[in-house]
Amino acid sequence: MSLLKLENVSRRFGALQALKPLSLSVAPGELRAIIGPNGAGKTTLFNLISGFFPPSSGTISFAGEPITAVTPSALVRRGIIRTFQITQVFLSLTVRENFRVAAEAALGLQLRPWISRATRAQVEAKVEELAEMSRLGPKLDRTVGEMSHGDQRVVEVGIALSRRPRLLLLDEPTAGMGDEETSHMTDFIRRLNKDQGITILFVEHDMAIVFGIADRITVLDNGALLAEGSAAEISANPRVQEAYLGAAENAA
Amino acid sequence: MRRPLAAACIWIALLAVPFWLPLMGGYTDLATRALIYAIAASGLNLLLGYTGGLSFGHAAYFGLGAYGAGLCLIHVAPSLPLAILAGTVLGGIAGILIGPLVMRRKGIYFSMITIAFGQMFYFIAVRWNGLTGGEDGLTGFSRVPVQIGGHAVMLGPERFYYLVLAVFALVMAVIWQILRSPLGHGFVAVRENPTRLRFLGVAVERQIWVAFAISAFIAALAGALNALLTGFASPDNLGWQLSGSFVVICVLGGMRSVWGPFLGAAIFIVAQDYLSSITQNWMSFIGLIFILAVLFFPQGLLGFSRLKASR
Repeated sequence: MSLLKLENVSRRFGALQALKPLSLSVAPGELRAIIGPNGAGKTTLFNLISGFFPPSSGTISFAGEPITAVTPSALVRRGIIRTFQITQVFLSLTVRENFRVAAEAALGLQLRPWISRATRAQVEAKVEELAEMSRLGPKLDRTVGEMSHGDQRVVEVGIALSRRPRLLLLDEPTAGMGDEETSHMTDFIRRLNKDQGITILFVEHDMAIVFGIADRITVLDNGALLAEGSAAEISANPRVQEAYLGAAENAA
Repeated sequence: MRRPLAAACIWIALLAVPFWLPLMGGYTDLATRALIYAIAASGLNLLLGYTGGLSFGHAAYFGLGAYGAGLCLIHVAPSLPLAILAGTVLGGIAGILIGPLVMRRKGIYFSMITIAFGQMFYFIAVRWNGLTGGEDGLTGFSRVPVQIGGHAVMLGPERFYYLVLAVFALVMAVIWQILRSPLGHGFVAVRENPTRLRFLGVAVERQIWVAFAISAFIAALAGALNALLTGFASPDNLGWQLSGSFVVICVLGGMRSVWGPFLGAAIFIVAQDYLSSITQNWMSFIGLIFILAVLFFPQGLLGFSRLKASR
């Protein structure tokens, strides 16, 4: 039984076939990496799954139910939460305020002009929970815009956790990070997957991370599925070596 | 500690206005007008400063409040509370109805469409002579006595000032409460990053609609009070120039502060009163003040003082 299932899903933008029909299935509890050179269709795939735009053809289902033409906010309510390649947080607010907005959204309070003491305590408890999970407790009252890039990305994942995601989509979670920040984020992702049991799909360029933590790896190239398998299978796959790893070597 | 103290000083100074303002060469109606503009600008600022929606058409709701109050006094009943309620509800309902038409527009398109709706009401007021008095404006009403405990109490300038001050206090309390609630947090989140908010499962457009409607209600309330202050509702109460003045007031005082619109309104009204007594070109001086303020205090006057305090 798979949590997420794509069948013959494709997407075209005018004359550009960004994603050729592909099928994909992710099991509950899996930590899955999506890799591929630039323009392979990774972000397009994420945008399709998270409802940013609908597929040109094919069907997507989540936990056995079709979600092909469901809006982003409805997908969020079903438990599909994403982060973005370019960090999307509330920059001029503090970490606490970021988490509070997320907690209030998760509790469905967004239109309430007042809340009871008990509800307020519930919100604050949720904020504390997010602070603990993201290990940002000591930085709760810092303004996010003044924090390091790495911390901002952790805040973004923390916000995403407010909804207790069943499927978390991380678009290049370690992009632009230094070594220390990268290892923090990698630990964080692994913790969320192993301790919280959240199914995670992530796009990543850093092969050390991909081969280090992913249960399974999906390789895209030129808008098509090239290979799928465990780290060992992928690194031994001659087509991947030729099309992807070889291209990376040429680029370097 | 400093902020509650400063707020207490402002409230005491406002309560004592009829005593000290004449000594400084002012008159009570001037302070009343400043408070009315402060109410309207505070309402606009909920949308402008906190939700990030630059409306150039909020005079429409202010003007509808003014006409609503005047028409209610003339045609319905000679009751002050009823007139204020009628004006507020008329402008507020217009805001509720127009909100869905503007909430999906972003940036400059949002501003343009708010101007367009504002001018629509302006031309209706100018054309519909029979009801609105056309370009001459709506006259023939005044502040009727209020029944308090069986007595008919006439509201002179001082008493009316205190009524407006009470309304201002109420509006400030409502805005303060909204800003510390999930609703207000949602407004700020819309301003900061609508995409992020949408991907937290929040209907961003609905949040903007609610902010728009609340700000229209508050602007209409101010408009109703203004009609009772002047005994007059004019098409200028609805026009884009007044809408622009409200925006200037917010920017001048500071959009990220609940007291910013009040400060902006006080400066705007006092400058207008003083300058218009010495020159016909008073608007150019207001413009100069505005340019200097934006150049040297880009966060508004209160934004500046807050920045200094935090360092």
